[in-house]
Amino acid sequence: MIHCRINNIDVVAEEGTTILEAARKFNINIPTLCHYPDLHINSDCRICVVEIDGWRGLKTSCSTPIKDGMVIKTNSPKVLNARKTITELILSNHDANCTACVRNMSCELQGLAKLLGIDENRFENVLERRPLDLLNPSLARNPNRCIKCGRCVDVCASVQGMHVLERMGRGHNMDIAPAFFQPLDDTFCTFCGQCANVCPVGAITERDNTDQVWTKLHDPTKHVLVQIAPAVRVSIGEEVGYKKGLISNGKLVSAMKHLGFNHVYDTNFTADLTIMEEGTELIHRIQTGGVLPLMTSCCPGWINMAEQEYPEVLPHISSCKSPQQMFGALAKTYYADKIGMDPDDIFVVSVMPCTAKKYEATREEFKADGRNSDVDVVITTRELGKMFRQMGIDFDKIEEQDFDNPFGITTGAAALFGATGGVTEAALRTVYEIVNNKPLEDIVFKDVRGLKGIKEATVELGGQPIKVAVSHSLANARELMEDVVAGTSPYTFIEIMACPGGCIGGGGQPYGTDNKMREERIESTYIVDGNMVYRKSHDNPSIQALYKEYLEKPNSHLAHELLHTTYAARNL
Amino acid sequence: MIERKELTKRFGVIDPLSIEDYINHDGYEMLKQAITMTPEAIREEVRLSRITGRGGAGFPTAIKMNSFAAEKGEKFIVCNADEGEPGNFKDRYLMEQDPHQIIEGMLISALATGATYGYIYIRGEYRKAIAIMKEAVTEARLYNMLGTHILGSSFTFDIEVRRGAGAYVCGEEFALIESLEGKAGRTRVKPPYPAQRGMFQHPTLINNVETFCNLPFILRIGGAEYAKIGSEYASGTKLISLSGNVRNKGLYEVPYGRTIREVIETLGGGTNTGRPIKMVQLGGACGAIIPDELLDMDIDNERFEMFDSKMGAGAIIVIDDSHDLFDIILRNMEFFAHESCGKCTPCREGHIQLVRLVRKFVDRVATMDDYISLKSLADVIHETTLCGLGQTSPTSILSTMEFFHEDYLDRIQNNKEVRP
Repeated sequence: MIHCRINNIDVVAEEGTTILEAARKFNINIPTLCHYPDLHINSDCRICVVEIDGWRGLKTSCSTPIKDGMVIKTNSPKVLNARKTITELILSNHDANCTACVRNMSCELQGLAKLLGIDENRFENVLERRPLDLLNPSLARNPNRCIKCGRCVDVCASVQGMHVLERMGRGHNMDIAPAFFQPLDDTFCTFCGQCANVCPVGAITERDNTDQVWTKLHDPTKHVLVQIAPAVRVSIGEEVGYKKGLISNGKLVSAMKHLGFNHVYDTNFTADLTIMEEGTELIHRIQTGGVLPLMTSCCPGWINMAEQEYPEVLPHISSCKSPQQMFGALAKTYYADKIGMDPDDIFVVSVMPCTAKKYEATREEFKADGRNSDVDVVITTRELGKMFRQMGIDFDKIEEQDFDNPFGITTGAAALFGATGGVTEAALRTVYEIVNNKPLEDIVFKDVRGLKGIKEATVELGGQPIKVAVSHSLANARELMEDVVAGTSPYTFIEIMACPGGCIGGGGQPYGTDNKMREERIESTYIVDGNMVYRKSHDNPSIQALYKEYLEKPNSHLAHELLHTTYAARNL
Repeated sequence: MIERKELTKRFGVIDPLSIEDYINHDGYEMLKQAITMTPEAIREEVRLSRITGRGGAGFPTAIKMNSFAAEKGEKFIVCNADEGEPGNFKDRYLMEQDPHQIIEGMLISALATGATYGYIYIRGEYRKAIAIMKEAVTEARLYNMLGTHILGSSFTFDIEVRRGAGAYVCGEEFALIESLEGKAGRTRVKPPYPAQRGMFQHPTLINNVETFCNLPFILRIGGAEYAKIGSEYASGTKLISLSGNVRNKGLYEVPYGRTIREVIETLGGGTNTGRPIKMVQLGGACGAIIPDELLDMDIDNERFEMFDSKMGAGAIIVIDDSHDLFDIILRNMEFFAHESCGKCTPCREGHIQLVRLVRKFVDRVATMDDYISLKSLADVIHETTLCGLGQTSPTSILSTMEFFHEDYLDRIQNNKEVRP
């Protein structure tokens, strides 16, 4: 153990502990800016500097390990002056028009400036305006707000293995951008949005579509539906500052109705449907010697990566549309027929934890009625939170309502989709019972749960042990792809989610997502599963009814037409 | 005699492209001797010599070497020949005039530490030096000074010459390593230091050209004898790049302990204009600017600590009284604003603000507030930047605020905007 003193407090911590970690352990707050939990320490911003007796210069607390006998001051006049000067310098090259920024009041730079008491800037603003990148439907990049903290560069490279964002140029003209300043849609960017999630300011954000939603909600000629993804409900409470734990489905439905949606549906319903279709596809491929391993298709970030970088693996990917797109297709066909409405007048909004879903909804192949996009607008958890705040919804007081029918009943299996391993667990609950023709005794598949990068499990199907793998974050997907491309993958089924932790850690989730929050959201997901009446997708009576009255059976001709899709290699 | 030619003794005597010539002038003798010594014995000689790094920071070479030697696995040696500091040209001479001396120094370092591969990273503009070093490496391989079973022993070491792409910051050790790895030249956070995790995460010993050149000399006369050369503060000789308003510009090798004035007056022959010396910048653009009164100081790092500076890599730039102090500082700051890699905030955003503030002094529109801002910003950049570039870049401002305080006050008092 190392003994040192920070601000006259005796601090004891293990060897290798940084000054920042040691200080936090003893409730001493050192402000930071580029530092982010679970990412690398790059010490670029220099905000967290401290003074160490006998050491030359100020040292960054995030990167300096404590040593025996160190005497550290975190708030000396010299330190405060340095922090203030550095913050002024950042602001001198920043588009600080705060009221015209999506991050107003949630901006880490703004918070820092307030904390340090910056009321005027000694340095002239030298910002040279650069063009915005608004060329894709998912992410907006505003280099004028970028403070070059490097978080997005690190998350893109080390968590996602993409290396799309880099430091370009040097000196005062350094920008963080894709190589050669290409727009994001001309790169391998998957639109996963992890960069937007970690950005401390408004330099990379989701494309905001809330105005479009408001417009349609107030258009009397439109029938406006909304679907809510499973991962949204375990995080929306954080976004709106709800203190009492999880916001119940009932309150959420009610709040959506307050916003003005005609009907509120649950993407969990089409998650159950995905399990029926994908499970059947898996069984079919196993039994007929089809292409294996079968890989999941619900994550649009992963699909983007596969189409752009791994065209060889496309035959492995399930032909099932994602739950979002299955819902959209049903809404504009089955549902439109059922209520006797022209699909032109039905407007489908989805609330997703994800920025890549915005791109997915614009894909040409997702027009089940031949004219309209199946999903008209996608908003993220953060955008939904914004709409709730604009509406002034008080989750303490709001009453409970049920999801609307005909997609009202869902299962615990569907709820699992939000967490890494969830699709696998849901699929196994169904596939096991169908293939083995006996009830599954323990429906919890522990091996596929948790935040380990690549997880494996073995399950008996029809007397055969089959191996499944689960990966989350694209760097881990890359690892699995090597074997798949080489044809040596030992697995029968692979679940791939682009974001760390799965959708609960999606790029559209509340800011400040770290592994601790991911774990909490995952825990909430399992609580939701445990509370459900039905825990297996094939037990869902609404699903059974849908097949009976409309789709006939999983992988039927009509199911293929509405619920399945194709993939194509995309050259940049 | 002020000069003592040890590292430069073969300059003009041998054909740099002839390994035979080098061998005929004691060349590779110390490699032969080192092969018969234990690594510990070599390092002990280095320790006894008290030698410090010649690249500018003046870190004790033996400490770096010992911590590198303690590391396991595949290890690299890098020769930092990215001599980019304005006013310095000693490494260029060493490479162009006596390339095998560098190779021999690297070989001795490898024997002392267990490294098996080396790189010489040369400033991109040094085309002649690059061609000569490449030729020398090729010839050394032919003579079995590089490769496997060197001189019949079990020692294996080879060298690759790499060319820089023109960034000043690549002279900083981690930026250089990033560049060697094929990335943009931007430094890394320390610790870990290169000796622990450097090139491709392997332990890497990175030294300046002149430091490596000293190793054969240390072994030849012995560490204890070497330690006697120079002053109580620094041992050995130092290559001085003398330039500016001086009659005899050029490279000189002098033992530590000589004064700056001796170098300028005796070797340099005084100013070439006949005008008095206004100031002398030491080390290069990142060095202190001192007035005539301080020229009787020794050429060594410890003496310079008193104004928180270093002698640097050994440049002495003489500036006579026809030059404006603030013009000089402005040029320096524009240089650093251009050369900052942009990674850390104070360097990226700070230098452009320093340029703006210094320009006010040049334009005679500066106020006391500007002076205070300039001082505070220069201090913060010096204290908080990630690498040596920003830690040393404000030295010309901070040193002149101390030694040329009246010049600042004069500009503020004679502000042309404030006067009626």
